[in-house]
Amino acid sequence: MTDVTPQTATDARLAEARRQTMGAARRRRWQLLSPALLIIGLFGLFPLTITLVYSFLSPGSYGGVRWEFSTDAYVQFLFDRDIFDDTLSFSATYLNIFARSIGLALGATIGSLIIGFPTAYFIASKPANQRNLWLFLITLPFWVNLLIRTYAILLIIRDEGIINLSLIWTGLIDQPIGILYTDTAIFIGLIYSYLPFMVLPLYASLEKLDFRLVEAAYDLYASRLQVLRHVIVPMAKPGIVAGCILVFIPALGAYITPDLLGGGKQLMIGNLIALQFGGSRNWPFGAAAALILMVVVMVSLTVYVRYSGKEGNGRG
Amino acid sequence: MATQTEIRDPGTPQAAAAQDVMIHAEGVIKTFGEGAGKITALDNVTVDIRKNEFFTLLGPSGCGKTTLLRLIAGFELPDRGQILLDGQEIGHLPPYKRPVNTVFQSYALFPHMSVARNIGFGLEMQGRPKAEIKTATEEMLALVQMEHLANRQTDQLSGGQQQRVALARALAPRPKVLLLDEPLSALDLKLRKEMQIELKRLQGETGITFVFVTHDQEEALTMSDRIAVMQAGCILQVGTPKEIYNNPARRFVADFIGDINILEGELQQDGGAVLLPGGASIGALLPEGAARSGKVSIAIRPENMGLTAPDAADASLTGEVTNIVYFGAGHNVHVALDGGGEVLVRRAQTDAQVGAKVGLAVPDAVQVLVD
Repeated sequence: MTDVTPQTATDARLAEARRQTMGAARRRRWQLLSPALLIIGLFGLFPLTITLVYSFLSPGSYGGVRWEFSTDAYVQFLFDRDIFDDTLSFSATYLNIFARSIGLALGATIGSLIIGFPTAYFIASKPANQRNLWLFLITLPFWVNLLIRTYAILLIIRDEGIINLSLIWTGLIDQPIGILYTDTAIFIGLIYSYLPFMVLPLYASLEKLDFRLVEAAYDLYASRLQVLRHVIVPMAKPGIVAGCILVFIPALGAYITPDLLGGGKQLMIGNLIALQFGGSRNWPFGAAAALILMVVVMVSLTVYVRYSGKEGNGRG
Repeated sequence: MATQTEIRDPGTPQAAAAQDVMIHAEGVIKTFGEGAGKITALDNVTVDIRKNEFFTLLGPSGCGKTTLLRLIAGFELPDRGQILLDGQEIGHLPPYKRPVNTVFQSYALFPHMSVARNIGFGLEMQGRPKAEIKTATEEMLALVQMEHLANRQTDQLSGGQQQRVALARALAPRPKVLLLDEPLSALDLKLRKEMQIELKRLQGETGITFVFVTHDQEEALTMSDRIAVMQAGCILQVGTPKEIYNNPARRFVADFIGDINILEGELQQDGGAVLLPGGASIGALLPEGAARSGKVSIAIRPENMGLTAPDAADASLTGEVTNIVYFGAGHNVHVALDGGGEVLVRRAQTDAQVGAKVGLAVPDAVQVLVD
């Protein structure tokens, strides 16, 4: 056939032109991305590298580091070094702080899920023109500095605070219940601080929920609880996963809340790390603790997302 | 209420049918909104739906047909009146306590569940044993010919397949009544015709009472045992498709279903006959409660009118042919009447010419309409 040759020639020229255009597009894409990449590199990866390097150095006497390689920081995390004969004995002190922090962060996550889910459902079931007002009210506390808000919580739960005073006034108790400077105080503070992070992603997925599916489930003999369990929760799964991650991570590394409400006695990881760069003057140990925290978070998140992704089939 | 005692009276024909009634709605009123924006969706509706029948609620959008369906399902509660299912008051029960299932217009299949789990959902929620759920699900899959797709996710199905799953899901718990809310409206014409026949088959095979909501008069005529025509929150007429088509009692019913010629006339002989504008007098079929004298509207279907010579003995009306439209199965002949107005005559074959003078033959008796 005579017209095959010119056609393949055209095809080849077309392919060449396309290749050139795509090459140019690729170069252009990297150029446009470069500012963002530079910022991520400079302010994201570079500090992380410093932390990693410092965790393998020796502490300087007045803070900072001496440039001598050492794995002491990681050893110290699990063992006590005897001052006299340098032998190592296992110590759970720091592991306990980690465990306590994870426990408190998990508790705060579950607590805000229990409070946040009905809240988000309530907002999502409002008429569209009222929802923004409710969302605004949810985010309103963010307009005030976290430190100030934590002090406010402190005023509410202290022995002379409104909770204890009103309980005494109603005659339910005659001695103030000591909430302040306990794990309960930290728990309350964490839930208060991070609740909006739970409500917003939950709202985002509940808002997309097709309420006709809820009706269909009611019609098929599902009671209210069964509708919640078999239809609403599975459909809201992406929001639940996102909300839990958004609350758990900052709660685990919280600093101000345990510092003020725990009175500095009830340490969380955040306080432990801060202490190493301050009073204890052990920068390598602080850096090591921060990295261990990061690895713990990354591993648990990977497991969590994999597990919940499989359950929910990634749908909804 | 007087009407109630009448119905309960063992001597009347309604009472004889009382054992056959599946749903009895009595004086149901439902309004939405408040004050100036208040809408009366159902205005004192009373209707009986019999056991094992294919009952259709037909009407334009906003006539209250879907509201009535939602009241039977339990998604809405009536402001007034009562709804009896198989002799038991259900007006106050939540949807999950009513032995009634719905096929939704949007199908509302659960996207996070397989086809089989969707179908078994109702039985699962009732707490039936696993083996029973499995058997019933398989039976339903076979009934709607979907066995090969049992393990698919619902979003991998075509519209027609989703429709079948929705049907199987609603039928699986063997409800006393199946409610269908315009389930065919999302399907294309060919599929819709198939599903109409399929639905009728399913209703016959399962013996379940079907209550079907549609605005499509052809669909209603094709499938129903009986039709209730609704307008503005009221049921205007209940009857078999033939009764509704041939003897519409109300002007709205006549107008809504098919093409129809509506002419003015005057009643004679205490309502036994009607005088047409051309001077011919023919038999009158009066609806219940209509006045027996005065000016009235009469309705004649286009296919019940014949074309003759203008001076023929059976020419009750005369006019001039203005247009002839061929539509495949026949011809629509438009005739301008000599006394004013236009009528449509439908004939399989015609030798009429545009501009020709013709006579119009009408049936021996014609339906008189109430506004």
